[in-house]
Amino acid sequence: MADMFLMGNEAIGMGAIRAGVSFVAGYPGTPSTEVLETVAKHNDGKIHVEWSVNEKAAMEAAAAAAYTGARSMVTMKQVGLNVATDPLMSLAYMGVKGGMVVMVADDPGPISSQTEQDSRTFGIYSKLPVFDPSSVQEAYEMIADAFEYSEKYKTPVLFRPTTRVCHGVENVKTLEKIQLPPIEGFVKDTLKWVIFPRTSFMNHKMIEKRNPEIGNDFSSYKFNKITGSGKKGIITGGISYEYVMEILGGRDDVKLFKVSTPFPFPEKAALEFAEGLDEVLAVEELDPVLERQMLQLVGKHHLNVEIKGKLTGNVNQAGENSTETLLPVIAKFLGEEVPEEEKTEETPSMPVRPPVLCAGCPHRASFYAVKKAVEKMGETGVYCGDIGCYTLGNAKPLDMVDTCLCMGAGITMAQGLYHMEPDKKYFAFAGDSTFFASGITGIVNAVYNQADLTVCILDNSTTAMTGHQPHPGTGKTMMGEIVEKIDIKKVLEGIGVKYIQTVDPLDLNASIEAVRNACALGGVKAIIFKSPCIAIVKSSKKCEIDENKCIRCRKCIREIGCPAISAENGVIKIDSSLCTGCTLCTNVCPVNAIGGVR
Amino acid sequence: MMNKNILLCGVGGQGTVLASRLIALAAMEKGFETKGAETIGMAQRGGSVVSHVRLGENIHSPLIPHKKADLIIGFEPAEAVRCLPYLKKGGCVIVCPKDIQPVTSSLMGGSYKGSEMLEYLKQKVEKLIVVDGDEICRQCGSPKVLNVVLLGAAVASGETGITLEEMEKAVEKRVPEKFKEMNMKALRLGAQAAEK
Repeated sequence: MADMFLMGNEAIGMGAIRAGVSFVAGYPGTPSTEVLETVAKHNDGKIHVEWSVNEKAAMEAAAAAAYTGARSMVTMKQVGLNVATDPLMSLAYMGVKGGMVVMVADDPGPISSQTEQDSRTFGIYSKLPVFDPSSVQEAYEMIADAFEYSEKYKTPVLFRPTTRVCHGVENVKTLEKIQLPPIEGFVKDTLKWVIFPRTSFMNHKMIEKRNPEIGNDFSSYKFNKITGSGKKGIITGGISYEYVMEILGGRDDVKLFKVSTPFPFPEKAALEFAEGLDEVLAVEELDPVLERQMLQLVGKHHLNVEIKGKLTGNVNQAGENSTETLLPVIAKFLGEEVPEEEKTEETPSMPVRPPVLCAGCPHRASFYAVKKAVEKMGETGVYCGDIGCYTLGNAKPLDMVDTCLCMGAGITMAQGLYHMEPDKKYFAFAGDSTFFASGITGIVNAVYNQADLTVCILDNSTTAMTGHQPHPGTGKTMMGEIVEKIDIKKVLEGIGVKYIQTVDPLDLNASIEAVRNACALGGVKAIIFKSPCIAIVKSSKKCEIDENKCIRCRKCIREIGCPAISAENGVIKIDSSLCTGCTLCTNVCPVNAIGGVR
Repeated sequence: MMNKNILLCGVGGQGTVLASRLIALAAMEKGFETKGAETIGMAQRGGSVVSHVRLGENIHSPLIPHKKADLIIGFEPAEAVRCLPYLKKGGCVIVCPKDIQPVTSSLMGGSYKGSEMLEYLKQKVEKLIVVDGDEICRQCGSPKVLNVVLLGAAVASGETGITLEEMEKAVEKRVPEKFKEMNMKALRLGAQAAEK
């Protein structure tokens, strides 16, 4: 078939379409986002594709879709799986009728995540089969296998690529679309679809019997393979396999076991691999999943094979692997000369480039208004942040994020702090997408439990950080339908928030006023800072500095940290290619040297 | 066919991803296997970005291992210096000399001089091609074509295994009609700059 140049996530999306997926739901999160977007882009109109309000909703909807016999997929990043754990743990007992793939992307490093959790370990915990692709081509093909095994064993399966596979690119050989029988539909069967303790007990027994059978089945799975020979062996999987191959460079005097299905462990194949070996090195990222299962195998079968890896300190326990990190590890294991570490030469000192809020980002103005208002009131403010672009409000000079834990936690953490130390002013920041995903329950909790805090909703009418996905407040769905917007203000009113003020954050004085008014009242207050994401709304407005008026006090730089403003040899300049004319700096300038121009 | 490893580096927003995709497209047309990796997500917002492109046979890692890059295309001089550990002995570096200061430099210091970075590159790199991308962009009428200018230079350097004609076809395929002429000009001026 044809060659297509695809990113890993695109390949997974295309692979799912090829496999005849009928229902795809998810919540955006790097590095998983493009999978669902690819399905939506290439949808022939027959696939239901949705950005759900959060991962839990997506999981439940996709599970029900699979109850009809349709193939369904749910997509998320690893921390999203935490949100969806409740339905998935129960679903693991109930099983499915149509194939259901839980596409969960892990992020070793972590490069853009809160945790380095390993979804393979989640597979062991939930007793669900796990597929772990090592390349883009493999991911494309393997997603169809995942659907097939899911249907064969009537269980949801996990499909977990890591960032380097998700964001890797490759020319992919595409394959013929798989033809499926018609979807049967939901058939009432209380014993099957209604979870009860007795059902779970029965199904638990069934699962424990079934999983070793799946392990045996996986022993002959085409993407699990043993190559090479010798007394020393390497067991690996995922992207680490590619690094090992890069290092071995075609040599076959090392036995190599590539495991694409880390759970249930393909024990038969592993025994074949262990045969005749003295030592095994487990090369993997995140948890020592393969290593532990090899240790278990060695113990169970009384094999005289030494297992090395993370538990023995041979492989790094945290962070991602690379050809560079593994080169000395493998050389040492093979008893070969460890390449000497290159002496780092004197390089000129390198600029650090931390990610920053864009020039003209309305979040900067919102944070600044809250900061100024609290300063003016002479109060002590505590600022509970959340997950999104606005986490970048932590950077100096704004320095407006005191806590950040997980999606939606800003509101509930502000509440917890308030109950312990009621004398301070608490602010919780949540984006519009975060508000819908998991902010609402927190606000209900704060209102019900009589907290005194101000929720600042940074409403830029999109899910900006992950690349501008629609959500319930945007009035658009992933199917392209225009729907009624769910009004954040009305939701807050419904919850019983008494003070709700909507302001344009770019109007600094009105924003400061709104914060002061909120702080003067008790209870839970809300300010909706409403202004569209500057990356979507292209502005032709610019600000300019009148050099004759500018006194070079640098207050604009010191206070707001806009990437468009810089000092060159003491002269303050605005980069017109970055400036969007938001006029926050105009408001800050003490001598009115900054004007707005069209 | 010799395998080629090409690393593109710069600052978020400079168009490194599109440039790497154009190389891959041109290579695919020739029937080369291609692999690579792109920086996506938070780092795009003003951060350092790197795209890896690997062409040829038996490629495994999507990331170019250290000391294996045949060519580094530096969209910014400090970023080119940062990526030097990837360059193979005797490898080639194409660099646009204009520095982009980090946002934080005006605030917290830590500014640097592009000229110092360039001097360092001159000392360390045998095959260094400096392309005044800014000037060529001005001639083309948009700062957005810097990526295509540098692609032109890359092709002319002979380090990509792709000819100018092949790259022209890739650009033609990928770039919207109304920007086509400007990009073709950028590609050719970039190539000329490298040949000087």
